[in-house]
Amino acid sequence: MKIALKRLLFIVVVIGIWQGIYLAQLYPDYIVPSPFTVGETLFSGFVDGELLKALGASFKHLIIGLTLSILTGTLLGVLLGKSRQADETAGMYLIALQSIPSIVWVPLAILLFGFGELAVIFVVVIGGTFVMALNVRSAIHNVPPQLKRAARTMDTKGFELFYRIEVPASIPYFMQGVRLAWAFSWRALMAGEFLSNGPGLGYSLSFAQDYARMDQVIGIIIIIGVIGAVVDQLVFSKLEKNVMKRWGLLNK
Amino acid sequence: MFLEFNEVGKNFADEQHGSFEVFSDINLSIEENQFVSILGPSGCGKSTLLSMVAGLEDVTQGDIQLEGNEINSPGPDRGMVFQEPSLFPWLNVKENVMFPIKKKMSKAEAEKRADHFLQMVHLSRFKNHYTYELSGGMQQRVAIARALAMDPKVLLMDEPFGALDEQTRHILHDELMKIWQETRKTILFVTHSIQEAIKLSDRVVVMGTRPGRVIADFDIDLPRPRKRDNPEVIKLEKTVMDLLEVEINKVLKEELNHEDRA
Ligand SMILES: Nc1ncnc2c1ncn2[C@@H]1O[C@H](COP(=O)(O)OP(=O)(O)OP(=O)(O)O)[C@@H](O)[C@H]1O
Ligand SMILES: [Mg+2]
Repeated sequence: MKIALKRLLFIVVVIGIWQGIYLAQLYPDYIVPSPFTVGETLFSGFVDGELLKALGASFKHLIIGLTLSILTGTLLGVLLGKSRQADETAGMYLIALQSIPSIVWVPLAILLFGFGELAVIFVVVIGGTFVMALNVRSAIHNVPPQLKRAARTMDTKGFELFYRIEVPASIPYFMQGVRLAWAFSWRALMAGEFLSNGPGLGYSLSFAQDYARMDQVIGIIIIIGVIGAVVDQLVFSKLEKNVMKRWGLLNK
Repeated sequence: MFLEFNEVGKNFADEQHGSFEVFSDINLSIEENQFVSILGPSGCGKSTLLSMVAGLEDVTQGDIQLEGNEINSPGPDRGMVFQEPSLFPWLNVKENVMFPIKKKMSKAEAEKRADHFLQMVHLSRFKNHYTYELSGGMQQRVAIARALAMDPKVLLMDEPFGALDEQTRHILHDELMKIWQETRKTILFVTHSIQEAIKLSDRVVVMGTRPGRVIADFDIDLPRPRKRDNPEVIKLEKTVMDLLEVEINKVLKEELNHEDRA
């Protein structure tokens, strides 16, 4: 409760300073709009449905893209985790690919798929896949050998050892991978949409930029930040924490 | 003979020296239903020997036979309780105990069996708990129940109580004795503790080191339960202690010399 209060107080102070700068009229309105203008813009955007439509489109891209990236990332990760050959051959390139910022893939996606939603989804998939693959790979590598030994003394081997021990033992790292994949996909989504022909939050942002609507720009930035924080805190961090606790990896 | 070690030796591949010999020429014959402890200084190869019986490590010289069949892989006729925590954290207590039997019988049967062995280790109340909610002693009791559920002929125990406090250890000793008398399993029990070995076993095998080998083999014919102040127990403890001291000093001296030279 005390923490919530501190956070509330902080945001009130920030808005207060912002309003102060606005009232001082140091900058023209189209550079520093009042926080209340931004609030109104957000409100009317939600009421007339424009923002909701953009939000819906963004979530559609995200869910399709993230699902695909979790699937392909998991397959890749299992392959690299289980096969030493594959890992020695391709493991290093995965790290190289992971280090490429997702915006770099946008021109490639646009050339391949045009300015439509397909290009956006492609960028989202690329954004999440490699980090997912890397995490699943280390998940498999980090299965405690002791658990495998114990299972082997109980007549468990081959594929059974894989799905009864390695798969469940990998779940904590897998969850970590999902959380990172979401974070990377979310960033990639905004980059992709920003340069696409819409719809989507990123597209709305570039639209607002074209018309010099600072109130909309700030409003959308706020939405993007809030969604990022809320999804991470309410969904992924919680899931991950629950898993870590059950797996005994959290210090009580 | 029930469990036979014939000229058993173990080498590990070693990058620097080519090959590292842990022990050689181990000859032992263990009878069915016997409770045998293996004592020895750290590093003499007790865990390695037990893992070889479990089939987790291959035998590099000689052979180990269980009822006339050479051991070369793990099998349900040998259950193992490890020193390290080895329960599966994604399963609750009961599911852990059911792990080895789930695929071998109907669910109802497996559950009945798990309940039976959980009762034997006095953990029925905790069957829905997860491992992170259990103390170290409770975890080892679950591990014992899990190994027993498979109904192995031999129960291999590698310092199962090594990480527990004195009090808990005594309670588990009594529990293990009861289980052994009830199930009549053959038990191979590795320990660091001379008292523990003498209190529990029909027979104590003492191993030496550098090179690893069997240096003594005592039959213990004292009636159970054995009290620590029994003069015969004290005499035996002293004998084994003297034997082990020589071996342990050998290791320490070697390590100290090595340090001095380094
Ligand atoms: N996988 C392995 N590769 C190489 N050497 C090993 C391996 N496992 C064990 N050793 C070596 O074999 C020797 C015996 O090890 P082992 O763990 O069996 O000893 P131990 O008697 O159980 O000791 P402790 O009482 O400390 O548990 C040690 O010198 C150890 O370094
Ligand atoms: Mg050991």
